[in-house]
Amino acid sequence: MDITFLLNGETVELAGVSPTATLLDWLREERHLRGTKEGCNEGDCGACTVMVSDADGARALNSCILFLPQLHGKAIRTVEGVGEADGTLHPVQDAMIEYHGSQCGFCTPGFVMSMTAAHANGATDHDTQLAGNLCRCTGYAPIIRAAEACEDKPVPTWVNNDRSFLLPEISRGEDEVRGAEPPIAPTTSDELATIYAANPDATIIAGATDVGLWVTKQLRELNSIIFLNRCDDLKKVEVTDTHVRFGAMVDMNTVGNALSDLHPSYGEMVRRYASVQVRHAATIGGNIANGSPIGDNPPALIALGATLHLRQGDSRRDLLLEDFFIDYGKQDRQPGEFVEAVSFPRQPDTLKCYKLSKRFDQDISAVCGCFNITVADGTVTDARIAFGGMAGIPKRAAAVEAALIGQAWTAQTITTAKSKFDADFTPLTDMRASANYRLETARTLLERYFAESQGQTTNVLEVSA
Amino acid sequence: MSVTKPLPHDAAHLHVTGTARYVDDIPSPAGTLHLAFGQSPIAKGRITSMNLDAVKAAPGVVAVMVADDLPFANDVSPSIHDEPLLSDGTVNYVGQPVFLVIAKSHLAARKAAHLGQIDYAEETPILTVDEALAADSRFEDGPRIYEKGDADAAIDAAPRQIEATFEIGGQEHFYLEGQAAMAVPNEGGDMLVHSSTQHPTEIQHKVAEALGVPMHGVRVETRRMGGGFGGKESQGNALAVSCAVAARLTGRACKMRYDRDDDMVITGKRHEFRINYRVGFDTDGRVHGVSFKQYTRCGWAQDLSLPVADRAMLHSDNAYLLKNARIESHRLKTNTQSATAYRGFGGPQGMVGIERVMDHIAHDLDLDPVEVRKRNYYAAKSDVSGQEDNSTPYGMQVEDFELHGMTERLLETSDYAARRAAIEKWNAENPIVKKGIAFAPVKFGISFTLTHLNQAGALVHVYQDGSVHLNHGGTEMGQGLFQKVAQVAASRFGIPLDLVKITATDTAKVPNTSATAASSGSDLNGMAVKAACDTIRDRMAEFLAERHQAEASDVIFSDGHVEVGEARYTFQEVAAMAYQGRISLSATGFYKTPKIEWDRIKGQGRPFFYFAYGASITEVAIDTLTGENRILRTDVLHDAGASLNPALDIGQVEGGYVQGAGWLTTEELVWDDRGRLRTHAPSTYKIPACSDRPDVFNVSLWEAENREDTIYRSKAVGEPPFMLGISAWLALSNAVSACGDAYPAIDAPATAEEVWASVRRVRDGI
Repeated sequence: MDITFLLNGETVELAGVSPTATLLDWLREERHLRGTKEGCNEGDCGACTVMVSDADGARALNSCILFLPQLHGKAIRTVEGVGEADGTLHPVQDAMIEYHGSQCGFCTPGFVMSMTAAHANGATDHDTQLAGNLCRCTGYAPIIRAAEACEDKPVPTWVNNDRSFLLPEISRGEDEVRGAEPPIAPTTSDELATIYAANPDATIIAGATDVGLWVTKQLRELNSIIFLNRCDDLKKVEVTDTHVRFGAMVDMNTVGNALSDLHPSYGEMVRRYASVQVRHAATIGGNIANGSPIGDNPPALIALGATLHLRQGDSRRDLLLEDFFIDYGKQDRQPGEFVEAVSFPRQPDTLKCYKLSKRFDQDISAVCGCFNITVADGTVTDARIAFGGMAGIPKRAAAVEAALIGQAWTAQTITTAKSKFDADFTPLTDMRASANYRLETARTLLERYFAESQGQTTNVLEVSA
Repeated sequence: MSVTKPLPHDAAHLHVTGTARYVDDIPSPAGTLHLAFGQSPIAKGRITSMNLDAVKAAPGVVAVMVADDLPFANDVSPSIHDEPLLSDGTVNYVGQPVFLVIAKSHLAARKAAHLGQIDYAEETPILTVDEALAADSRFEDGPRIYEKGDADAAIDAAPRQIEATFEIGGQEHFYLEGQAAMAVPNEGGDMLVHSSTQHPTEIQHKVAEALGVPMHGVRVETRRMGGGFGGKESQGNALAVSCAVAARLTGRACKMRYDRDDDMVITGKRHEFRINYRVGFDTDGRVHGVSFKQYTRCGWAQDLSLPVADRAMLHSDNAYLLKNARIESHRLKTNTQSATAYRGFGGPQGMVGIERVMDHIAHDLDLDPVEVRKRNYYAAKSDVSGQEDNSTPYGMQVEDFELHGMTERLLETSDYAARRAAIEKWNAENPIVKKGIAFAPVKFGISFTLTHLNQAGALVHVYQDGSVHLNHGGTEMGQGLFQKVAQVAASRFGIPLDLVKITATDTAKVPNTSATAASSGSDLNGMAVKAACDTIRDRMAEFLAERHQAEASDVIFSDGHVEVGEARYTFQEVAAMAYQGRISLSATGFYKTPKIEWDRIKGQGRPFFYFAYGASITEVAIDTLTGENRILRTDVLHDAGASLNPALDIGQVEGGYVQGAGWLTTEELVWDDRGRLRTHAPSTYKIPACSDRPDVFNVSLWEAENREDTIYRSKAVGEPPFMLGISAWLALSNAVSACGDAYPAIDAPATAEEVWASVRRVRDGI
């Protein structure tokens, strides 16, 4: 397929690119731009980070799991392109030298790009901005010093030039789709519905944070592909008086921002969901549709009583999100049917999302427990509790809910309800946690919810020396 | 003078602009081919049939090699020739290379490597310490034992005794740059090899064996690695040898780099240990006798396991004078990756053993663990009379013990006593989140325990324009060795650093080098470079002295100038004059470490030239409901002698601490019951991320010269700070102990699940 983008300020037109060629391989092997490194080839280390800008702003992305067609109409910066033509370094590059932020130097280009993107966006939550970049040498302290030192340095002019990229019709997705053989890149959800109904075996690619690994790790050949990145109408966030609705293509960073006021605990969980780079690519629709038992959105959304909006050709149907997940690897989705949106009702915030993992940032949950419990006059009037990591699917804790509803909101009730988790879940042991740990911490997370409601300190992330 | 200045890493500008070249970035010759291994899917068995037709027919494949296709040696072992490059018919772990694909692209090679149709007669693998002990599967005939005094008698006679066993997990290096090599065939069958290795000479040696040529037919060049940490001491052999044999076969350049998952599945890691300890002590916490049994899982091949296990024994005392000690070490052979060198080289495991003992004694006696540690410290040199015992369990007198002063300083600067009291108060008031604090000292022996490795060479040229070309046997993996050594060279000539060109390590320039390992890089190579520079400088001085009727010793090299009597020249002028005067401006330098002698079988001698010291205090918080935990504050005081470059040394300390803390907390290697590594990517194996570093992180260097005559009286700093991370693990133990009366008995790594389990043991007796 044919695509056009801006690379370090220079227009690049590519004809007949392989739809599953990654940006990283193309940069290194075709363009001989070898500053961008391959560290893990799965989006977990950040050594391949590049900055991608479009009308929505500048984002750090992992180039190892980014397919070239996803970049159509966008402006890309690599480490070779952040300094000025006269050799003047970007402020973060200067600071990384001055503060000894590099040792072996292999992760450094990725850090420089994440820091450059954060700097362009004025972001100063450095630990979060850099959670997707692993460094094995420095212990991070000098890198953070460098990031802090350039917070107030001016943003280079090229950042704005990239944002107002030369081909706005492309960045709005309005141009002709050239080379209309599969893979195909519909520009509206209507078009997608038609194309997908006609090609139900096609692989749908939204952010490619999962499908990317099918290619880079499982070495699969994907013959029929539909790229969703041009479907702007699937990227809408609606917050009304009655509901919140996310289009399937809303990326996780946007989800996190949208929820940070409405449901702060969900927003905080999203902050710990993967990394900035992955959240910028990953979509809420993808996280639901792939049916993973350890995706973090489904338990939270189920606890909020979310509805899934599915579409197949011209027909649409809604179902409760919890009913979408039938069994491990099996969802209630017909051939040619796709997730159009997910929504949940506006409600008072009683949601707490607890994500247990070996590492706080950028780790897949061993257990993700989401509790939405309503207490009125000392009595539990409603409880929606859902877990990831506890079964082959994201699943509600029906027995526990039943043991809570109608009971007094007391430690005694919690003790009774805790014992019901056995009825709801029979978790497995794997490399992330044992079955015992999963089941027992499911119980203690209910205790945590109660303790929090009693004003106790429960979060080690909120404690200081 | 250039030394002692906190200059940036020599390649910092290249790093931040993405122009620093690693092996995979080197422009490869046209037609370069790419390699990948077909790997064993089982942990133990024999190959009964092998059909590689589909591999050969796969798109882009040029050739496929199996063991029988190798022209000469089929071995990549760094020690006893027990590690075939390609399976010799048996397989010994999941991931073992069985065949080699040579293809037109990296991706084509990787894809084809999965297409082999191989039948195996599968056998029951030996995976765990228990299984290895049951099968008596081990390296060497039996355990090594080092002894001082009569440990068993002293333990039995002591007022109190404790015995316990605990586990220490291994560790994946997770160098950000995976293993990589490229071989380029040269005329006459010679081979040029670019390798991401800490040990170019060994690469040269193994490639020469595999090609059936003398070592002079192979040249190995290493400009830099994207991290090593010990993981590139021997683990690069397989890639370099593969590239060389494939290049010989095809006549084309061949490149090989492991995909991250392959890297983690194929290569060795830090050794796992089980340690059993029995200790006798008095009510003041003084150890009367201690006995360790160390069981280490070495994997399927010997690699460097014997010296690793030796070093674990040699650090079983850490900072403590043990009057009676017995250390028994079992080196177990299992059907897992061949465990290899990793920063500290067994030292950290040995040290965790004795620190665990100190922690346990303090808990048993309800004493401040710092007090117990101080009471057991070695004596400072000034306190030791000629007769008094201040010897390690292996008979070496400790003559440079710095920890008394360092401990007092750190306790003071970290406000330890007040914080310990505040934590006690916090724990009394908070039922769910508990805090803990712990101190840990480090005493780490510096020198290769294989004595002959303690040598180094250098080659220095001064060109007629006064610029200097610097080469030595050490390799750069991020530690800043090249910059430190360049600072030495600039200081010897009294010139600015920008006159010194740092060049890639090259076996054609400096031969017979040792691995850049054992923290020895700047000690050995700094001295060798000093010797080479001084040779040239002395020749220049003599030449100038003759011209000016002065003594050579009166010629002064300083500030980019050379002064003799009234005359003052720039260094460049002197270089030009010396060239005109037909003075040789090129010299080699050589250094061998003095004073060391060691008998590893008897466990007696002086294996180390000196010790490097450090001390750390870590404060943590744990969630008793889930075991989630976090480092809140860390204070470190580290002994780098008279630092050659304080900025680089502090970088090693900060990075070492976080890597050490990672080993003991979040970094968990999990194998399943068929020997398959389940944590083979960063998605499942969790090294510390940015937010895992301590919230408050105070790092200082202890300002004291090395008491031994090292390069500018500095001390080695590569490995020792890694063990500062032990205080994080001890702090978790301290936090857990706030939940009840029992000793936490926490294993490593202290993952959230392990902390949670320890809380339940202590609080609920589960």
